[in-house]
Amino acid sequence: MNRRDFLGLAGGAAIAPVLGPIWAARADEAPQRLVVVMLRGAVDGLNVVVPYGEEAYYAGRPTIAVQKPGAEKGALALDGHFALHPALSSLMPLWSDKKLAFIHAAGSPDPNRSHFDAQQFIENGTPGRPTTPDGWMNRTLAALPGARTPTDALSVGPTLPFILRGPVSVANLPLGPKAAAPMAIDQPQVASAFDRLYAGNDKQAAAYRQGREARTELVADMPAEQQMADNGAPPANAFPAVADRLAGLMTRDRHIRLAFVALGGWDTHVDQGSDAGQLAGHLKPLGDGLAALAKGLGPDWNDTVVVVISEFGRTVRENGNRGTDHGHGNAIWIAGGKVNGGRVYGDWPGLADAQLYQNRDLAITTDYRHLLAMVLERHLRLPDAAMAKIFPDMPASKGNLGQILSA
Amino acid sequence: MVCCRRLLAVFVGVALLVPLSVRAEPATDRQIIHLLNRIAFGPTASLVAHVKAIGIDRYIDEQLDPAALPEPPALTERLAPLDTLKLGASQLFAQFGPPSEETAGGMQQTQGDSDARMKRDDSILQQARAARLYRAVYSPGQLQEVMVDFWFNHFNIYAYEGYDLLWIGNYEAEAIRPNALGKFRDLLLATARHPAMLYFLNNEANTAPGSPNAHDLFSGLNENYAREIMELHTLGVDGGYTQQDVTTLARIFTGWGFNYADLQSGSGSAFAFDPLRHDASVKTFLGQSIPAGDEEQGVAAIDILSRSPATAHHIAFELAQYFVADQPPPALVDRLAKTFLDSDGDIKVVLKTLLTSEEFRDSVGQKYKTPYQYVISAVRAGDVDVRNVVPLWWTMERLGMPLYLCQTPDGYKNTEAAWLNPTATTVRIDFASLLGSGAFLLYAPEKGEEATKLVADRTPASELKPRPIDAVALEKLLAPALSEQTRNVVAFGANWLKAALVLGSPDFMRR
Repeated sequence: MNRRDFLGLAGGAAIAPVLGPIWAARADEAPQRLVVVMLRGAVDGLNVVVPYGEEAYYAGRPTIAVQKPGAEKGALALDGHFALHPALSSLMPLWSDKKLAFIHAAGSPDPNRSHFDAQQFIENGTPGRPTTPDGWMNRTLAALPGARTPTDALSVGPTLPFILRGPVSVANLPLGPKAAAPMAIDQPQVASAFDRLYAGNDKQAAAYRQGREARTELVADMPAEQQMADNGAPPANAFPAVADRLAGLMTRDRHIRLAFVALGGWDTHVDQGSDAGQLAGHLKPLGDGLAALAKGLGPDWNDTVVVVISEFGRTVRENGNRGTDHGHGNAIWIAGGKVNGGRVYGDWPGLADAQLYQNRDLAITTDYRHLLAMVLERHLRLPDAAMAKIFPDMPASKGNLGQILSA
Repeated sequence: MVCCRRLLAVFVGVALLVPLSVRAEPATDRQIIHLLNRIAFGPTASLVAHVKAIGIDRYIDEQLDPAALPEPPALTERLAPLDTLKLGASQLFAQFGPPSEETAGGMQQTQGDSDARMKRDDSILQQARAARLYRAVYSPGQLQEVMVDFWFNHFNIYAYEGYDLLWIGNYEAEAIRPNALGKFRDLLLATARHPAMLYFLNNEANTAPGSPNAHDLFSGLNENYAREIMELHTLGVDGGYTQQDVTTLARIFTGWGFNYADLQSGSGSAFAFDPLRHDASVKTFLGQSIPAGDEEQGVAAIDILSRSPATAHHIAFELAQYFVADQPPPALVDRLAKTFLDSDGDIKVVLKTLLTSEEFRDSVGQKYKTPYQYVISAVRAGDVDVRNVVPLWWTMERLGMPLYLCQTPDGYKNTEAAWLNPTATTVRIDFASLLGSGAFLLYAPEKGEEATKLVADRTPASELKPRPIDAVALEKLLAPALSEQTRNVVAFGANWLKAALVLGSPDFMRR
């Protein structure tokens, strides 16, 4: 009898004793993992991976451009054409180690400049089709071989985002400083009474059981942490600590194959800053957090791919308020042990007026689905047949991703 | 003839009375709870008795005219100490100044200054939260408070967006609440002019390029508000506008901004139109011509937007989704949209159509409560004496719905898909257990000076004891809305756990 069957029979009434030796799984082949970090609000990719070789970049952004490498507070050179925002300096070791790459001029081909529709199209995997009922990470989960466990996929946070919604139930867990604090449901008498209340087959009962199981499995062996002052810190500032906890969970619970984190605060319409300022203030904890995740995963980093994606890019030219408005193409970030990094991938369309999308935005030359499909095929080892379900309308590949991932 | 006319009048009167008397057959407790789950933040014992006495139709009418309902002392005494709520937007700015990350008058602040200011500014937010939650729990104008929740999310702003920390409560008090049951056009215009919205969606910086007052940060167009007012506030994302309409509307709204003299002096409305930052040229917007002009161009655009059939449909859909079902019946949405257009966007008339519809009546239990609705309805059903809202707010935060902290302009959703998830279920149960046992000590002051100001009961700390919810009364109130399965589990549950089981039941998480 496997763990899932046992739980099913028990109706969720007795869970603690069947946790099983999680560490036993370490003897198995290391699981291949995918972590997706979504930057909600449209990060300004042109100030993240700066095309410093383009005169049009500096012409269009007189007050917010990041200066060329070598200049004071300049960007950090990636190659002869692109450079990284200086607030992301903590990622440079990964870049030098060739474990970090960027795909520029990438994104969802849908022309919509609505945050909410565009995020939906990144999450449902079908740009232009808002009615798709489930997220592509949930469809990916369904396609993964092996028995399901309550923590195959994990969403970090108090709600379950669309990308992970669908037929397969998915755990979510806030990873704030109080994640492991005791709860009423930890008391056996309370738990058994509520188990009887939620003994049905409906969605609420399923969510309840998933919550119980995930809590038992994830929180039981989480180190009891000091109560930290939260001070209402904006979410992005908390990311390094969250990433560190996520790494801890992933190394301890080898069932976790997919993880998702969303960060907000990227909608920089006014006074976004250049080397310092609003955007820099959000990039710094993101870079630090990704570095902490890589470090915290230890040997598991070799079997992990991290993708950082946003719903669209921002206008090439700054607006009238030292900010940027909603645009089109963006840079997608990818890091991990099997990433052939140290390179900026994708066909760069240029920033001259005639090269822009609708005369205002970076054009898209790589559909985000092509990159993700490659991750699913080469890294998670899903067959072609699964891809047709996960990204059903994906056009034939045109993107230039080369050997961005080793099989 | 006279006699006949009188007779006719009597007959007409009788004819009118007949259907009324048919409809006035006593509502069942389940019907009353259904109504109160939707147009109020759930039932209380006294409210169920009240509706039973006057009937569902009269209660709806009562709720549509909240100005006639006197504020009860329980609410007045809780609101009285919240002094920053009495200040206007200009006063708040003059007294509390730019929020902490700004430099004061060009002077660099020390870290100590900055921390002190942060704490002081945050107390404004704490007071706004307290006022909102006390009203939601205790106001007799429940539908108005429900609509404040609805419209605030529709016209969402984020408290930690710069100056909006100062203004978020004032925005709700001056733009949202007074218009929550009024005309949509007035509501839209009030939000458009309020400094909190001007700031949140950057319209205050939106400037005609090359205009006489264009300078520094204010040197050109900003599309943010123009896009969101169409996508979120009025037409909807499929409402038929183009990128050209977005840019044109941004030009129309140039010059809408702050009245800096008001902000310095602490008097006046804080809104000003600056013709010297405005592009006054003739515009074609959504296919309609707007003549050359100043502020009236923006008002004309708001008129066009608020009277558009796409807006009517968008608002009708959102209302039906909030009050009836996540996937609302299309026929109901169409009827509401028609009512919206026919009544020139009269929210009361649209709501009356909605609340007296068969679709509404037949949708018992179809909605899953948002964290906000869940927490407030639990406190109300349990007849909890709330003098400290911090644990309530903290629970909403744990559930992913901290009041006033939705970062994005689309506001919090109200669908089951958005809120039903594994962690939420265990956290709701944790809340139900703490609330049921009285462990939150909600009747007692929160620790800390600022928070203490918000409460009236000053029981010494040594005498603080949990006051558990009366489980017998709770079960009696909610029994008509509990399944047999739930009633059985509660019946066999330990006494100390009964209230938690009722409030943590799957039934109570629905409305």
